[in-house]
Amino acid sequence: MNIEIVTSDLLNIATLIFLAVIGIAIARIRNLFAVVMLSGIYSLMGASLYVILDAVDVAFTEAAVGAGASTVLMIGTLALTSSREKAATSPANAIKGLIICTLLGAALIYGSLDMPLYGDPSAPIHHHIVPRYLNDSMAEIAVPNVVTSVLAGYRGFDTMGETFVIFTAAIGVITLIGRKRRRRKTSKDDGGHDS
Amino acid sequence: MIDYSFPGLFNYWVVFLLMMIGFYIVIVHENLIKKIVGLNVFQVSVFILYISMAKIKGGTAPILADGIEVYSNPLPHVLILTAIVVGVATTALGLALVVRIQESFGTIEDNEIRDIEERQE
Repeated sequence: MNIEIVTSDLLNIATLIFLAVIGIAIARIRNLFAVVMLSGIYSLMGASLYVILDAVDVAFTEAAVGAGASTVLMIGTLALTSSREKAATSPANAIKGLIICTLLGAALIYGSLDMPLYGDPSAPIHHHIVPRYLNDSMAEIAVPNVVTSVLAGYRGFDTMGETFVIFTAAIGVITLIGRKRRRRKTSKDDGGHDS
Repeated sequence: MIDYSFPGLFNYWVVFLLMMIGFYIVIVHENLIKKIVGLNVFQVSVFILYISMAKIKGGTAPILADGIEVYSNPLPHVLILTAIVVGVATTALGLALVVRIQESFGTIEDNEIRDIEERQE
């Protein structure tokens, strides 16, 4: 067996190391504005990794929604709250957390040892329903992008469920923040009556 | 013959490291915005886990074209597309809760909120 090292594998490893470094920086930095910016960069690095791993649709969703929209939401929240993490975590808690994370990480790595290797076409994940999507979707749905035909065709109910989730979240956000506005208005009205 | 032992399981191990960083931020840090950022770190690591499984060496993006034999697996891509959007919805809801907590308690540090609640009791 010749070890064939492809450029995309090297890019893959470099991007993963970048992600790990950014993750550690997010955990250590206390200035929340920097943390939010780093989480945007983290999402963008993730999007680049998806391109390397052939998931172009996922990459542009992550770049638009993960890196764009959630960063905007977080900056908005920082403007309404504070941009500094106050308390340093107590050493006892930090050690407890480190122990739990080390044990859990070790368990996960142990569980990964008999997983199929990266890039192996004989892995079970590639042999259940996916060949049908790849072979027949052009005849059945007539969209060249298989991700689109699965998302909107074969798994359309999944996407409808996703829409319900977004709808529920939107109602939740409106209820939480809309109530604040109404209460402010009534308190203003009360003030008017008093004067 | 392609040898699959490089990078082997490296992707999954980095994913587990990222998961544990996110989990550590969520359970140890007191600031609520930081907790939500930690949740995002965890989320992205799960996405990378799925997308790494979908990759086939020598394959290309699953867009059908003439002359291409090997495509990467499109199914995890679809699942993760859904998960990204749902993830942003949960982030938005969490941040709205943080704004309300700031209004009611005047702080977004978990330990200070706990102190205030104990005093109220």
